[in-house]
Amino acid sequence: MTIGLAHYLAVAAILFTIGVFGIFVNRKNIIVILMSIELILLAVNINLVAFSVYLHNVTGQIFAMFVLTVAAAEAAVGLAILVTFFRNRGDIAVDDVSVMKG
Amino acid sequence: MAVQAIAFYLLATVTLVAGVCVVSARSPVHSVLFLILAFFSAAGLFVMLGAEFLAMLLVVVYVGAVAVLFLFVVMMLDVDFASLRQGFARYMPLGAGVAGILAFEMIMVSTAVANGGAARLNDTPQASGADISNAETIGRVLYTDYIYFFQAAGLVLLVAMIGAIVLTLRHKPGVRRQVIADQVARGPKTGMRVISIKPGAGIDE
Repeated sequence: MTIGLAHYLAVAAILFTIGVFGIFVNRKNIIVILMSIELILLAVNINLVAFSVYLHNVTGQIFAMFVLTVAAAEAAVGLAILVTFFRNRGDIAVDDVSVMKG
Repeated sequence: MAVQAIAFYLLATVTLVAGVCVVSARSPVHSVLFLILAFFSAAGLFVMLGAEFLAMLLVVVYVGAVAVLFLFVVMMLDVDFASLRQGFARYMPLGAGVAGILAFEMIMVSTAVANGGAARLNDTPQASGADISNAETIGRVLYTDYIYFFQAAGLVLLVAMIGAIVLTLRHKPGVRRQVIADQVARGPKTGMRVISIKPGAGIDE
């Protein structure tokens, strides 16, 4: 039983789906939504690395590094916004986020 | 080959189960811990592919920084997480339906691409160039062809850092702070004054 490209792509596809599912079911919990986005980006990274390795082209790994960078930046800024929102509202219910409009 | 298959299925199963636990755990703290487990298993998958550098990067950046950041925020915020789980059961059928269709489509496309695309010609995975390590392979490309993108990535991180600091920094009113500019600008003229006092009279401030 040889593990090939299709296996890695299937894992990435299912992980991506789990992330989308997490965003659907945790509509109110923004922390879990952020974690679901991290899962989705992880699935994208698995895809990029698998293709990079099986196409013998290192560019995919470079791209995965950039995705990692952006994911870290996104998590930092997202959590900072969350902390500020919590300080102002005393709650993190996503339904009230429209009050952030200027 | 059998060992490789066992390792792959083990790591893949742990990754996916941890992913499901992330989105369905009752407490966000558990979610973060399962997220760390998912990242670790994904790093194991990267090692199996031969991309060791990215695997280590995943452990350092995600587990060491992002997940700990999540853990900090989850523990710092005093939120009633039970109320945030309302609607879980209501959105469950819709989410499961969409997710099922999405997974089916993506696996169909992936299988087609894997069996019919350019990658089918290369049956052997190869993450590094000839006779050099994976990190060296990445470095040779990253610091030459992608040097501007690399710099831009640094800029993105700088902006994110400044943004996070600006968003969360708060100045409490009533707290006296050191203003260095005022201290430096203070000279004999502003620092003291000469008052002539009549004999026998006090100073009325």
